[in-house]
Amino acid sequence: MTPNSPPRPVTSNSSAPPAQRLLTHLAGFARALRRVGLPVSPEKLVNAVLALEAVGIARRGDLYWALHAVFVNRPDQREFFDQVFFLYWRSPGSLEGGAGDTSPKGDGWKPISRRVAEALLQDSGQGSEQAVESEFDARMTWSSRERLKSRDFEEMSGDELAEAQAAVRLMAPPVKPVPGRRFQMHPGGTRIDMRRTLRASMRTGPDTIPLVRRRQRARPPSFVVLCDISGSMSTYSRVFLHFAHALGQRYRRVSTFLFATRLTNVSRCLLDRDVDRALSAAGRLAQDWEGGTRIGQCLHEFNRDWSRRVLAQVPTVLLVSDGLDRDAGEGLTREIERLHKSCRRLIWLNPLLRYDKFQPLAAGIKAILPHVDEFRPIHNLDSVAELAAVLSGGAAQQDAPDEFAA
Amino acid sequence: MEIPESVDQTKALLGSGRYVADRSLATAVFLALKLNRPLFLEGEAGVGKTEVANVLAATLGRRLLRLQCYEGLDVASAVYEWNYARQMIEIRLAEAAGERSRQRLADDVFDRRFLIERPLLQALAPHDGGPPVLLIDELDRADEPFEAYLLEILSDFQVSVPEIGTIRAESPPVVVITSNRTREIHDALKRRCFYYWIDYPSAERELEIVRVKVPDAEARLAGEIVAFVQKLRGEDLFKVPGVAETLDWTRALSQLEIVSLEPTVVSDTLGVILKYQDDVARVRGAPAARILEEIRSDNGATVAQ
Repeated sequence: MTPNSPPRPVTSNSSAPPAQRLLTHLAGFARALRRVGLPVSPEKLVNAVLALEAVGIARRGDLYWALHAVFVNRPDQREFFDQVFFLYWRSPGSLEGGAGDTSPKGDGWKPISRRVAEALLQDSGQGSEQAVESEFDARMTWSSRERLKSRDFEEMSGDELAEAQAAVRLMAPPVKPVPGRRFQMHPGGTRIDMRRTLRASMRTGPDTIPLVRRRQRARPPSFVVLCDISGSMSTYSRVFLHFAHALGQRYRRVSTFLFATRLTNVSRCLLDRDVDRALSAAGRLAQDWEGGTRIGQCLHEFNRDWSRRVLAQVPTVLLVSDGLDRDAGEGLTREIERLHKSCRRLIWLNPLLRYDKFQPLAAGIKAILPHVDEFRPIHNLDSVAELAAVLSGGAAQQDAPDEFAA
Repeated sequence: MEIPESVDQTKALLGSGRYVADRSLATAVFLALKLNRPLFLEGEAGVGKTEVANVLAATLGRRLLRLQCYEGLDVASAVYEWNYARQMIEIRLAEAAGERSRQRLADDVFDRRFLIERPLLQALAPHDGGPPVLLIDELDRADEPFEAYLLEILSDFQVSVPEIGTIRAESPPVVVITSNRTREIHDALKRRCFYYWIDYPSAERELEIVRVKVPDAEARLAGEIVAFVQKLRGEDLFKVPGVAETLDWTRALSQLEIVSLEPTVVSDTLGVILKYQDDVARVRGAPAARILEEIRSDNGATVAQ
């Protein structure tokens, strides 16, 4: 690597000197990592160059660990780094030339995640065509986003849904804190902090004692998400789980349960900072995707096995369900009443509310309605944004449950 | 009394305090005592978690220090607090005596005399008869910041008071932590402890517990009560009765001079073992009679054999 070589256009031209080619490959590698979702800044690329200068490229192991040290900051990034490294440095030229096949060879390799495959493919041959296309896209962005906001999740194409999920993740709101049991120093506080007062008096001498005040410190509230994953709800619940995941990343006290015919606690899966891995782990844990729903039975399980463990901190409960119950609401009233009585606020998110002429006719819906504090739709980005506003304490218009409880 | 040298001795020790322990529990207690690590007991309410610490303190002849946890538990109520009223008087006295040196005043006011020691700090002080038993009860009720603080104390058994300095235990206390599992305790804290899940006892063991704890109860009544409670734990209830409830019920029925369970007796006294109205309503009447019938037929079968 000659630091003084003149800058040249970055190409994968094989006639370029080897050092230049290595730099090109390194930049390509960094680009691929960025697409996979690792935070790669230009500074890191510079560090990578410095690291390779120091370590040399004679041994593949050294190359791996040098780049690993530069690019990986968190354990959950390792898997992606591994895969990108393996695919990219196996034959960087071929990938750049567009002939890279992304299927991993050799045994003992986990299947390459779709994200990595897409990132590497994007980096390869179709680059020029895609550039034109994305330019075209860029002009469309504003209006298409506007349209996306009011479109039903279920009517979206795969790409639109992915975009919507990304948008939903950004909506996880700063939620309104609740009063905690601890105190902090505050000049306008109502109580006197005796300890600080006395220490302060040591500073001024015994003649005057300046009062130091304290007040209750607010803490972030805890949340419990109960998400229906039955067939009629599948698209909505998949999108909502992105919201729940983002919420959980921001506030640690979020417990998430999936239910259809039985209840599954996926809180631990959702602790993973990488949303794809978190949701696929949750998906594997819950065995009853897209089946029927037994809301009463599942809420009963929740009340019996989990309520004491997750409701002790008086959380806000988000119940995501269409209320269409296979058991026709049997035993539901008692369970939903108990749930309502043991939480701070029970918010029911129901995609069926998208219909203007929605009438609470199904037995399950009738059973739940009298016991919820808030009843809101959850079928498009606008409704998620409204939910976010409500959670952060803003005054979004409410659908009073009484309106329907005839 | 010295700490036991084997699992059997530990079991005997607990037995001498009228605590009927499984061998597995005795093993956990023995290891905690022997290796000087905290014992973390988790289990449903009323299975005898707190009692382990009580019995250990009584049988080992150590002092029991109990810290009941609650949300917002802070250093002032868990570790130490300054006696502000006396400090204020001290300042006034110094003022009256014309003391102007701030440094000397500070030394006077933040003297050990004015330090109110709370359980965690008391546990670090030397005691006659050996290090005390420190019971940290229902840790799940405390919040995460306290848990993090506890982690620090349990790892090196020292507390630093800014005005005085670091206070260190010469010999660490026997620590028993209990949790009802109303939330999960962080793994970092559990890692430092010997963990034991106290389950509901088997029928034989529960009968043994009743005999030891309520020796004057009628044998037949005790047998029926234990069988009934065991059956009840299989029912779909919001809160099934623990061992504490079994003992309460036995004492209550003995007081009422009842010698055998009858449906009316059960219905009248269900409130002793079931603490939720829904549960009482679900069991009262026919279901209770059915369970009694099952017990009778089970007993009949064992007698026939």
